[in-house]
This record gives sequence, C-alpha cells and structure tokens, in this order.
Amino acid sequence: MKIVVCVKQVPDTKGGVKFNPDGTLDRGAMLAIMNPDDKAGLEAALRLKDEYGAEVTVLTMGLPKAEEVLREAMAMGADKGILVTDRVLGGADTWATSTTLAGALRNLEYDLIITGRQAIDGDTAQVGPQISEHLDLPVISYAKDIKIEGDSVVVERQYDDRYHILKAKMPCLITALSELNEPRYMTPGGIFDAYDAEITVWGRKDLKDVDDANLGLAGSPTKIAKASDKVRKGAGEKVELDADESVAYIMGKLKEKHVI
Amino acid sequence: MDFTLSKKHEMARQLFKDFAETEVKPLAQEVDETEHFPMDTVKKMGQYGFMGIPIPKEYGGQGCDILSYVMCVEELSKVCGTTGVIVSAHTSLCADPILTYGTEEQKKKYLPDLASGKKIGAFGLTEPGAGTDAQGVQTKAVLDGEEWVLNGSKCFITNGEVADIYIIIAYTDVIEDKRGRKVKKFSAFIVEKGTPGFSFGTKEKKMGIRGSSTYELIFQDCRIPKDALLGPQGKGFPIAMHTLDGGRIGIASQALGLAEGALERTIEYTKERKQFGRSISAQQNTQFQLADMATKVEAAKNLVYKAAMKKQQFAEGQKVSYSVEAAMAKLYAAEVAMEVTTKAVQLHGGYGYIREYDVERMMRDAKITEIYEGTSEVQRMVISGSLLK
Repeated sequence: MKIVVCVKQVPDTKGGVKFNPDGTLDRGAMLAIMNPDDKAGLEAALRLKDEYGAEVTVLTMGLPKAEEVLREAMAMGADKGILVTDRVLGGADTWATSTTLAGALRNLEYDLIITGRQAIDGDTAQVGPQISEHLDLPVISYAKDIKIEGDSVVVERQYDDRYHILKAKMPCLITALSELNEPRYMTPGGIFDAYDAEITVWGRKDLKDVDDANLGLAGSPTKIAKASDKVRKGAGEKVELDADESVAYIMGKLKEKHVI
Repeated sequence: MDFTLSKKHEMARQLFKDFAETEVKPLAQEVDETEHFPMDTVKKMGQYGFMGIPIPKEYGGQGCDILSYVMCVEELSKVCGTTGVIVSAHTSLCADPILTYGTEEQKKKYLPDLASGKKIGAFGLTEPGAGTDAQGVQTKAVLDGEEWVLNGSKCFITNGEVADIYIIIAYTDVIEDKRGRKVKKFSAFIVEKGTPGFSFGTKEKKMGIRGSSTYELIFQDCRIPKDALLGPQGKGFPIAMHTLDGGRIGIASQALGLAEGALERTIEYTKERKQFGRSISAQQNTQFQLADMATKVEAAKNLVYKAAMKKQQFAEGQKVSYSVEAAMAKLYAAEVAMEVTTKAVQLHGGYGYIREYDVERMMRDAKITEIYEGTSEVQRMVISGSLLK
C-alpha cells in the first residue's frame, strides 16, 4: 500500500497569535510546527504502515524552511519527503494550494491520500476536499478512525453529536482530525537518519497538468481583507453529581452569574 | 570553533524537551514523594530509543552521538533528576562498557535488550569499605572450572533492584608490586539478575533522586559462566575507571539539567512574585543573582558539551583520552548545580522551602552530583594529576 500524507508547517498558535502591523501573521515571532491535524493524519498513516505494511510519503508545499516538517515526519517513521517550493507558488490561497498539491500528487502512485482536516493558521478545511476534486477521488472528511478492508477504507466520520461509518474504495482521500490519535514521538535515531536522507524538492516545472492561472497569489481568488485571532471558548467545567445535586449546582451557577 | 548546534541536534533537543515536559514533569513530584521508580516512563523511553542513544544500530541502538545522549539526560534532569540518572547509569555504566570491552557475542547478547529498554543496566564498584579507594574492594571472584564464583557485596548501586544486567568489579588476583606490597588485581564481570547466589540487601533512603532505586547487592557463592568476564582478566580497574570517565559526563549532564531547570523556574517565579508593589525580578539583587546563575550554567554547559565531543572522538576510534574533560565537566557542573539550586530556593523565599515547589526537590537532587561517580574531590585529584604528572 502506498500512502501520501500532506502536511503543512504552521506557526504555533498555542501561545497566542502575533500579527504584523499590516494585519498579516508575524510568522517569524512564532515557533513553526507541524499542523496538528496533519500530524494526526501522519500518525494514522504510520499505524496503517505498522499494521498492514505501507510506504508513507509526506508532501508539503511551502518555503524551503518547510523541509523541517518533512524531516520531523521522517523521524517519526515516514519513508520519503517531498517539498514543493517555488517563488511563483507563494501567496497561494486554498484553491491555488490544492491545485499545486494535486499537480505534485499526479506524479506519485498512491492508494490513500491523507490530509489534516484544517490548518491552525487558516482554519478553512478546504484543501483536502479540493485535492480530491482535482484528482477525481472519493473523499471522507473528519476521520476519527480508519480501518482497511480489502481494497477499501472504512472510516468513522465525526460530527458534533454523532459519527457516520463510511466505506470508500481506494484510491481515496481522507481528512484527519487531531482527535484521531495521539501522535508518536520521533526517535533520536530517526532524527539522525532523517537529516542524512535526501528530501525531494519540486518546483513549478515539476507539477503535472496545472495551469499557471491557478497558482500562487495571482491564481488565488481569495483576498484577505483582515485577519484576527479567533475567540477562544473557556475550558468549561465538568462535575459528576446526581440529578438533584446537578440541578442545584446549575441553579447556583446561573444565580452567581445573575442570569436568573 | 562553532558553538552552534546542528539542526539535527536542535531537533533531538526538542524531542527530549517535549518528552520531558509531557511524560516526565507531571510525575516528578510524586516520584520524589513516594520514592517510586518510574518504570512506566522507563518503558516509554525504551520504546522511543532513549535507553540506547549512543549504541550503534547494529546492536539495536539509535546510532546517535554522545552529545545527543548528553542532551537527553540534560532535558530529563531539567524536570526530574531521578529520571536523568536512570538513563545515565544505564547507558554510561552498563551499556557503554559492554560496547567498549565486550566480545562480539556479549554485545549481541546484551546490547539490543539494553538499547530497547527491555532490560535495565547497573554498575557495581562501590562497597562499604571502598569508594574512592578501589583497593578496599573485598568482593572476590575465583575461577572454579568453567565458572567464576563471586562473593562479597556492593553498596549504593543506582538502578540496583530494577536492573537486569550488572557490571560488577571484583578482585581476581593478589600480586606483589615492586616494593613487595600486596596489590589486588581486579576484573569486570557481567552478572544477570536471577543468578543463584545474587540477592539484594537494603534499599537506601536518600536525600534526593528519591525515585531512583539505590540498593545493596549481595553475592554469596554466586556462580557465573567463565565467559561472563568483561574485557581481559586483571584489567577490571582500568575498565572501571574508563567507565566512570564516561559516567561522569552523564552525571555532569544531570547536574547541568538540574541547574537549568532551577534557573528556568526561578526566572518565572521572580517575574510573578510581587513585593513592595513590584515583581521581585525588578530588584537589582534578583537581577544580579539571575545573571550569575545563567553565566555559570552556560559555562557548565560548554564544559559538558566539550567533554561529550571528546568522548565522541574516542567512540569514533581516535586515540584520545577524555578523562580530564569529563572530570572538569562533572566537577564544575555539579558545583554549579548545587549553587544554582540553592540560590533558586533562596530567591523563592519561604515557598522555595515547600515541597510542592520544584526547586526544593532540585536542591536535594543536586547534592548527589557532587558525590557519586567520583566526589568533587576525586575530580580535583584527576585534574591535578594530569597537570602535575
């Protein structure tokens, strides 16, 4: 089985988001990490590799510095890394990004493509499904469990209050949630090997069947007017009480907040 | 000379840091309070290769360098001195002498299980009557047919009861030197847990590194195979000394980590703690103390990394000695650890004396780094010996 995992290097938003005066993200002021949903997708691929045997290739588009996430993925157990980088690809929105990644994927053999649900710097959740459109593949989004059955995948797709079990014939594309699993650590030897390994670097000329009009900033229909940090919900509070106590507790809280 | 870490070392440090923060730090206080050996953590470290960092891949290790190993012990010790010394004693005092002096058969037999953490290693030289003075060693090994028979005891053995594989130093001969004095000749042996005649004595109750399993080992007519001899017969003393040279780099890394951990917590605390209407970090005394602590930590780090690089040259086959570098690194890092953790407690005021604050534990953990694997005084003997020879 051949699995390609698409990953993105993103600024770590854990410690809050920092902006430049012009409203764009100040990436230099934030630590760069592998996008958490993508990391869960990689872990899912590595578990399939452990269980069924597979060749796992990681693919990213970004600045030359993005090779760091490929090395990290290889230090976790991925077999190959491909970096797509070119000045003409810069400033891409989801449409131009998915066009680029699809152009790269057309050069590769795969049974399964796994992407993260969404990146923490954009939160669009569009690139994965768009890639599947470009490549004319079935897509199952928001995967929280992945199993292989013969030539198909059986996936639990998460919703707010329930999940669906879906089956799709391979090749297909799955978008993964960070809740899917607990990604493994790298190993020290894996890190050393990853830095000794060659990373394949592709540019615009290596993309297959793509139109320049759909690439980079010029090929991006999305125009960002303003960016801001998202409003975070509180962590909430969980209590375990019987029914009567629960009512009294909730009533007390509502009074405390002057709701009633 | 380039003091910049390579990208792979930076990534390795990030790995050790993430692991320490996520897996080790939350348990550190409990491990100390309950004197509980963190076996689950050790198994997890084994799974991720932390128990075999400098062991070559052909023997199931990670095939990394000494600097990576040092950074691992350092990052673990930043959050838990106990976990740091478990890795250090296992790697430097058991796996390393087998790798350096073992036969191919011994390496194949023991190193893969040590590297994967399936088995834990320990080292026994110290005895009730022999610490710095090795000639006081009473443990004796006598060859009886195809077996060595061990009798004696070892004390203060790190990883004592939890280990599976032990390097034991015993005397195998007594010769007369040129002046007619009787001198013991030592040999090193590999002893496995469960060997009849090998048992454990008391568990030590310690001031610090309380989760580490420190035990007495007892050998009563303990019969081990003839081929359990590690290295040539009669060469046990140089093997032990060379092993301790490497061990000292591990302990120096532990000391460095403790000092760094205490400094980090003190920086955070002094920014938060308010007295006289402003944070105590705004007081010049605090600032100067922190500056001194940070400078000494940086100097210690340079000595420890330099010793690691010298040992790396040895591991790569160069004919170099790292004995003096290891002694300097351990001497200085241990004394810095004691000084920095003591200042950290002082800057925390009353809270620093309370057990729920990490610096209290770190100060207790730091003390042993000035004592074990050669006291600070022994390090001074090694260093001055090289100056005055």
